[in-house]
Parts: sequence; C-alpha cells; structure tokens
Amino acid sequence: MINGFKLVALGLIALFAAIAANYGHDLAYQVHMIIFMLVAAGMFIHVLRQTGEPVPIEPDPDATGYMDGVIRYGVIATAFWGVVGFLAGTYIAFQLAFPELNFGLSFTSFGRLRPLHTSAVIFAFGGNALICTSFYIVQRTCAARLWGGNLAWFVFWGYQLFIVLAATGYLLGATQSKEYAEPEWYVDIWLTLVWVAYLAVFLGTILRRKEPHIYVANWFLLSFIVTVAMLHIVNNLSIPVSIFGSKSVQLFSGVQDALTQWWYGHNAVGFFLTAGFLGMMYYFVPKQAERPVYSYKLSIIHFWALIFLYIWAGPHHLHYTALPDWAQTLGMVFSVMLWMPSWGGMINGLMTLQGAWDKLRTDPVLRMLVVSVGFYGMATFEGPMMSIKAVNSLSHYTDWTIGHVHSGALGWNGMITFGALYFLVPRLWNRERLYSLSLVSWHFWLATIGIVFYASSMWVTGIMEGLMWREVDAEGFLVNSFADTVAAKFPMYVVRALGGVLYVAGSLIMVYNLWKTATGAEKPAPAAAVPAE
Amino acid sequence: MYDFLREMADSWGLLALFLGFIFVIFWAFRPGSREIHDDIANIPFRNDKIGDDHDG
Repeated sequence: MINGFKLVALGLIALFAAIAANYGHDLAYQVHMIIFMLVAAGMFIHVLRQTGEPVPIEPDPDATGYMDGVIRYGVIATAFWGVVGFLAGTYIAFQLAFPELNFGLSFTSFGRLRPLHTSAVIFAFGGNALICTSFYIVQRTCAARLWGGNLAWFVFWGYQLFIVLAATGYLLGATQSKEYAEPEWYVDIWLTLVWVAYLAVFLGTILRRKEPHIYVANWFLLSFIVTVAMLHIVNNLSIPVSIFGSKSVQLFSGVQDALTQWWYGHNAVGFFLTAGFLGMMYYFVPKQAERPVYSYKLSIIHFWALIFLYIWAGPHHLHYTALPDWAQTLGMVFSVMLWMPSWGGMINGLMTLQGAWDKLRTDPVLRMLVVSVGFYGMATFEGPMMSIKAVNSLSHYTDWTIGHVHSGALGWNGMITFGALYFLVPRLWNRERLYSLSLVSWHFWLATIGIVFYASSMWVTGIMEGLMWREVDAEGFLVNSFADTVAAKFPMYVVRALGGVLYVAGSLIMVYNLWKTATGAEKPAPAAAVPAE
Repeated sequence: MYDFLREMADSWGLLALFLGFIFVIFWAFRPGSREIHDDIANIPFRNDKIGDDHDG
C-alpha cells in the first residue's frame, strides 16, 4: 500500500521534471530537471521491484546493534569529496599563477571553479563528515539506534543529490551570487527538505536515548543543525523569475542584503565549520586519548559562550562599507570577545591529553587530532585580530583573508576529519587496526607542511598587496596600479599551489590507507622488532 | 516594526540574553554538579554495543 503511494509520487515527480526540462529557460535548469527525472525514475524502478515481493528478514549486519551502514557510506563520500575538493582548489590555485589554465572556456574559468571548490570542501567534504560522524556520535552517546529507519538514508542520498546539483549548476553558470550560498532557489528548497529530515533523525535519536544526560558533543551538533537551517532559509529568501528557470531575485536588497549575507556567511563558519566540528572534537579526542574531556564544566561554558557570541560577529565582513558604523563596531567587538571561548575550547581539547602526552609519540592519529585543535586555536586568534577595524583596513580584500580561512579549513576542519576517518574506518569495517600507521605519519607531515606553505605565502602576499594598495607618494598619488600587485604576487601564488599539492598528496595516501584497511589487506609484519630494553 | 525590534534589542532583550548567559554559567557550577559532570564526561566510554550496561 505504502509502496503504491511511493510509486505514484515518484512517477509524478519524474513526469513533472520531464515537462520542466522541456520548458526550461536555461541550460543549468534543464540539466537539473533531467537529473531529477532520472533519479525519480530510478527510484521508481527500485520501489517497483520490491513491490509485491516478500520482505526479506535481513540479519542485522552490525553486531553493535547501531545503524552503521549509512555511516560507512558517509565515510566513503567524505573521503571522495575531500579529494575532489582539494584537487579543484589546487587547480584554481595554479590558475591564479598561470591564467592560461582557464583555457578560455566559461566552464573551466576561475569564476565558476572557485565556488565549485569552496562548496566541494565545505559542504561536500565537511558536510558529509559532519553527517556521518554525528550519526556515529549520537548513537554511541545516547545508546540508541538512529531514529526514523530509512530516513537516515534519505538524508545521505538527498545530500549527495544536493551536492551534484550545486556543482553542475556552478559549472553551467547558475548562481545567485551569494558567497557559500550560490545554489539557486530549487536547489535551496531541496536542501531544506534534506536538512529537516536530518534534524528529525538527530533529534529523534536524542529523544529515545538510554543515557539520562545529553553528552556535550550532541549539544554542539544539534546547535549546528538548527542554526544552519535558520541561516539557510533566511539568506535564501528569493523569488524565482519563472518556475521554468534557475534565475531568482533576492528579497532583500542593498546593505540589508549584504548584512544578511554575512550574517549567514560568518555563521556558516561559526556553526557549520566550528560548532559541528567541535562536536567531533569533544567525542574523538577523548576516545582516541582514552581519557574523558579535561573539564566538562569548561565545555559547557565553551558551548554557551560560543552560541551567545558567534551570531553577532558577521558585520566584521563589511568594515568600511555602507553598513552603519555602530553595526561594524558591534561585529568587531563580538569577534574579539569570541577569542575567549575559542581558546577555552582549545585548552579543553589539548588538556584532555593530560597524563597521556606520551601517546603523541606513538599514535599519529592522535597527533592529527591535536594539531587540528592547535590550528583551531591559531585561526581563532588570527580571526578576531583581523576583525579589528585598523587591522582590517590593511587585510581586507587581500590574500591574508584567504590564508586565514585555509589555516582554519585545512588545519582545523581537514585534520580533525582525517583523524575521525582514521578512527572510524577500522571500527566500522571490523578491522583490528589501520593498514599502516607509517602512512598516517606520511599524511600528517605532508598535510602539515602543505598548510605551512599555504599560510605563510598568503601572509606575505596579503600584507604585501595591502601595503602596495595604500602606498602614496609625496604628492598623495597612489604609487602602484592593481596590475603591479598581481605581478608581484606571482612567486607566492606558486608556493601556495605547491602547498596545495602536498595537501592533496597526503589525502591520496589517506584514501589508499583507508581502502586497504577496509578491504582487510594484511600488511607484512615487520621482522620481529624487539624494543631495546 | 523596525523601531520596536530596535528598542527591544538594546534594552530588555539585551538584558534578558545577558542574564540568561550569566545564569547558565553559574548553573554549571551549582553544588553537586561535579559527580553529574564526571558521569556525563564518561559517556563516550560506554555503549560500544547497544544494550551494554549503560551505568558503566
């Protein structure tokens, strides 16, 4: 009976998508409707083949009793999209140094590949990491199976569909020109549906927990899900020009639109890339160190201070613009105050190793997690400093900002995700240990040195171009043209791209190592190594 | 509408949010919270399988 409804709904969706593809005004919209049609038709056949068949009673493949299948898929998707996003980033880094790599084609131009890179790393890599680790953490810390049955699978596949729609849209030129919120209206609506399902699965699992208390990691993860839902809906308030086209018009305009955009943009950093990943930190660092978090009270204060402060920090993206001065100052003051809870959280993560520091010598996975917390501390010191108006007047619009973002993204988000993947794969595929710890060390050093190349070259080039832009001669005329700064930046652009190559190389080593671990390859045992007594 | 929200934001709204923030900080330090927090902090080390004794 329920399959009957499903078949009718899927058939109608496929039909309407086919009609919409036929009437579509632009290429991106037509391609997207064809994707919708194919997915709905594929699902139709899938459901049809099950209809009227006896439901097989499958033994639960997970001996733990938790729903881990969807997490395994999430781990694979995280690693896959990570490599795609890093490759895209490295490619556009080379485009900046060697513009010939644009090939004169619209599809391969920097302007279209750049949002592809940012969305691939933030939403595809980071988002899949958050979804799969949150499913893992919420089950273990609530002692309950995921709520909603196959709804978790809808979240996973629905999210992948969102990623494919976003990426193809960028390449075909569909964008609403909002940074980190580029997808057009129908993709936004689809993501809203997926996100509500995600919230339902997560909250439903918390509500049926066996533990009386809710572990702090779940607070961070829940705040991430709820806040991102709110940010996404408000920042994407727009009216489509036609239901048969991708173009839409924003509801807000002018400085209101700018403030809404950066309220969204900065809290995407604050809640997607910080609160969500802090949820990962508060679970995986204690697990890998085999010690409870240093201070649970500090984690509570960390949580509430972050929640109360972060939401006001967005205006620092709009210093010296048409935004009222008081709003700019408000954004700056809250950004500086944010330094305190951020470092409280960093200290809490690092001090969790108290009494277990020796493990850093032997456990490269723990080393990765700890370095990521270190980068969290570094980025959350640099950020407040750059939000101060006097500093921002030098740093704004320069590559210093890009360097800052990447020490946070590559160092904090990337490294903690790698650590989590190394933690999860042996457990999810029932292996005793990782295939190779020395490959983890290789990954660790390649990634770390890559970040150092990246961040230091961007500091040099960012401060240099900031100083060149403001340099005036004795008569008060500007000394440098914009093209002068571009020419001067070339060597640093090359160094940055090479840092990216190192980071990609490390991630490829990780994929190989995880693949070997999951498929159960046995590494030849080292010839009877006896520790020297 | 804007004027009302604006006035709320820099008077009672601000005060309520600030007091709420102070309250949750002090609430974390209430007497007897140490045992509860120690217990919660150890949640990640139980329940590796569903149905394991969740009292530790």
